[in-house]
Amino acid sequence: MKIKPYGDTLNDGAVQVSFTLPIPLSAKAVQAAKEVAKSMGLTDPSVVHSEVAGDQFSFFVVYGAVKTSIDLDKIKVVELQKTSKTKKEIEQLIEEKLKRDIVFVGASTGTDAHTVGIDAIMNMKGFDGHYGLERYLGIKAINLGSQVSNEEFVRIAREEKADVLLVSQTVTQKEVHLKNLIELVELLESEGMRKDVLLIAGGARITHELAKELGYDAGFGPGSYAEDVASFAIEELIKRKGE
Amino acid sequence: MNKLKLNQKIIQSSRQYAKKIAKDIQAFIDRHSTVSVERTVLRLLGIDGVDQFDVPIVNRMVDDVLEHGDIRKGISIYIASALNASQLSLDEFTKQYLNHQVSLLDNQLIEKDQVKEVLKPYVDTQLGIIKSNRKYRDNLLEKYGESKTELYVIVATGNIDEDVIQAKAAARAGADIVAVIRSTGQSLLDYVPYGKTTEGFGGTYATQENFRIMRKALDEVGQEEKRYIKLVNYASGLCMPEIAAMGALERLDVLLNDSMYGIIFRDINMKRTFIDQYFSRLINAYSGIIINTGEDNYLTTSDAVLEAHTVTASQFINEAFAIEAHLPEKLMGLGHAFEINPNVEDSFLLEIAHAQLARELFPNAPLKYMPPTKHINGNIFRAYQQNAMFNMVTTLTNQKIHLLGMMTEAIHTPFISDRYLAIKNAQMVQNSMKSLVDDISFKEDGFIQTRAKLVLDKAHELLKEIAEDGMFNTLAKGIFAETKRTETGGKGLSGVFEQSDDYMNVISDQLEAYFDEN
Ligand code: B12
Repeated sequence: MKIKPYGDTLNDGAVQVSFTLPIPLSAKAVQAAKEVAKSMGLTDPSVVHSEVAGDQFSFFVVYGAVKTSIDLDKIKVVELQKTSKTKKEIEQLIEEKLKRDIVFVGASTGTDAHTVGIDAIMNMKGFDGHYGLERYLGIKAINLGSQVSNEEFVRIAREEKADVLLVSQTVTQKEVHLKNLIELVELLESEGMRKDVLLIAGGARITHELAKELGYDAGFGPGSYAEDVASFAIEELIKRKGE
Repeated sequence: MNKLKLNQKIIQSSRQYAKKIAKDIQAFIDRHSTVSVERTVLRLLGIDGVDQFDVPIVNRMVDDVLEHGDIRKGISIYIASALNASQLSLDEFTKQYLNHQVSLLDNQLIEKDQVKEVLKPYVDTQLGIIKSNRKYRDNLLEKYGESKTELYVIVATGNIDEDVIQAKAAARAGADIVAVIRSTGQSLLDYVPYGKTTEGFGGTYATQENFRIMRKALDEVGQEEKRYIKLVNYASGLCMPEIAAMGALERLDVLLNDSMYGIIFRDINMKRTFIDQYFSRLINAYSGIIINTGEDNYLTTSDAVLEAHTVTASQFINEAFAIEAHLPEKLMGLGHAFEINPNVEDSFLLEIAHAQLARELFPNAPLKYMPPTKHINGNIFRAYQQNAMFNMVTTLTNQKIHLLGMMTEAIHTPFISDRYLAIKNAQMVQNSMKSLVDDISFKEDGFIQTRAKLVLDKAHELLKEIAEDGMFNTLAKGIFAETKRTETGGKGLSGVFEQSDDYMNVISDQLEAYFDEN
């Protein structure tokens, strides 16, 4: 099936964009805005609003239509199969199939001081009415908090004989999270620990696709709950045990 | 102003408890110092710059005494004794010190009176600069006047040159206050980076040179706009008092300077933080810099309805600490925020109650009101609406320092257009609703009055508990922001030391004497 954005008629391809140009507002600036829209592939772009945004800058709202349609059948996404079992089901699986306590070590690493995301997954209280891993029978959840260096994280993971590592990254400006996430994989590899742990990343700008690309086993974005992570991790551990 | 019909006895009693809490900690502070306090002393004598390994000279000297001398005496005695013995000027001594031609330690230590005398010219020069900065600011504020509500925006590109461009554009669009957000991780550095910087993450490094560059830019645009544009940075983290000193020397106008933020949100040791906040506030009081406190942040980790009273309690405590450091009310930018989940029924009324409560409890303080952040998601249109509601509460409750919410809060540090649209949003609300506040009174025992009373009562209860428990225990229990910290945990404790009987700090002595007279 082929599709286009929908404004008020099927396949009209209508989209809106807004942006700033680093020049004072003038007729030329408006035309430049129109050219920007054309260069984006929009047909019949219309600059519906322009205004001075602090003297040396001008701000535009533009409407236009995209020409080409997208073939839905050709789209492949790297998506995590969210089987999401309930807390009870997960606890049962641990008891029946793994027959031991599973150790999750988590942290917001590098210089990142955001803890709300990792706390939402790990702490007793959980998030949005979904309990965190700490409350799960058969799971030992160790939340190291924030600003934990990769070295420290790996050291504690080794000490605690972690089965699953949970890494949270919130600050993404200038790709600081990528650098940090990659460094952790490298560190685990050089310590010979990478194969022994499930490595999971999460955060507002983290996708499963990105995490896989960086060498992680999974990635979780906004709206994730403890049971999503636990389902994935426990099933994966069972699978690995079977091999 | 008494729209909420608050019980004055409860307010007074809350202040009494807060005073006790602060005094207990102050007794501890007065007997201790930290490496950052000592480095600040050197900065306020005029020492600046780095050695060939980019280590700040002030760190070199303090570490030298820490390792080979007795830091418990304070750095003042060492530097004065060294100058006395070498008979060099401070500048010349510093040069020779870096070349290992003179020692900071192998000198006959001189008496306190003599220390004061030797260092007096340097203290006078630096404090003189600060004093004239203060005058300069006061003059301009008098000349141009100040808005009733000041629009505050942040720049955070990581590159000071880019920050300058964005700050000027914001000022021209109507911003009154510009804050340069610091790079991620700077708060945990136990030194202040040196020189101009163009590579930061989620913010720009706070350096004295960056301060100077931005100050100059804002002065320029202020002159064009016929407004005094205020400059903000962060006196927080492990170098809290050093940043306060740098801010004073470069005429910053506002510093984020909370007594507990570093403890709670950066896991900096509580002893270190309390000692550092005192000295930094003493400097701020002298330089006329408005402090901003960080209560708003509590509501990012705990629920804004259930824990509203922790904000109020903390405001009382921050006020009490500020009084200990001689800060007048007009410099106490106590923080609070519009952080209730907008899906909560009547959340707008709850926000009004909270904001008005803060306004009435601290009528002369330039309150810092923070926009929604936590309940902003990627839907920028929804965010714009939330920010409009926030702007209304500001106008309805006469907030002073009004941090503008960004429609892209959940996505990235602000684009130039995000900031611009935020300013326009606020201006429209301020203008179209300008006099509404004068026409509004709250229904006797109505929703808003009842809510405000409840929050105050709970804050009062909490303050009573804290006064009994002590601040250290309270932080260990995780009362604020649901974050637990221990007395011996966190970063920077190794930089805390007890003062010896002959400890001396020429700067705080001088400042205390100044405040006693004025
Ligand atoms: C709260 C907050 C803070 C609080 C943090 C308090 C704390 N203890 O965590 C405070 C005030 C301290 C703070 C500070 C800073 N912040 Co902040 N902050 C936010 C805010 C408002 C909300 C973040 C949040 O808590 N979301 C709620 C949680 C539940 O969502 P989440 O993290 O996405 O988590 C969910 C999923 O992603 C996932 N998940 C997350 N982690 C993990 C891990 C695993 C393993 C798994 C499986 C899942 C998972 O599950 C969670 C539940 O569903 C956002 C803006 C916003 N609205 O998003 C800015 C924001 C994240 N902050 C930002 C910045 C820049 C900073 C600072 C760096 C600013 C500065 N220079 O000082 C500092 C941090 C300094 C440092 N050293 O890191 C930027 C980041 C920009 C970027 N893209 O890089 C944002 C987007 C604001 C902005 N627009 O500028 N911040």
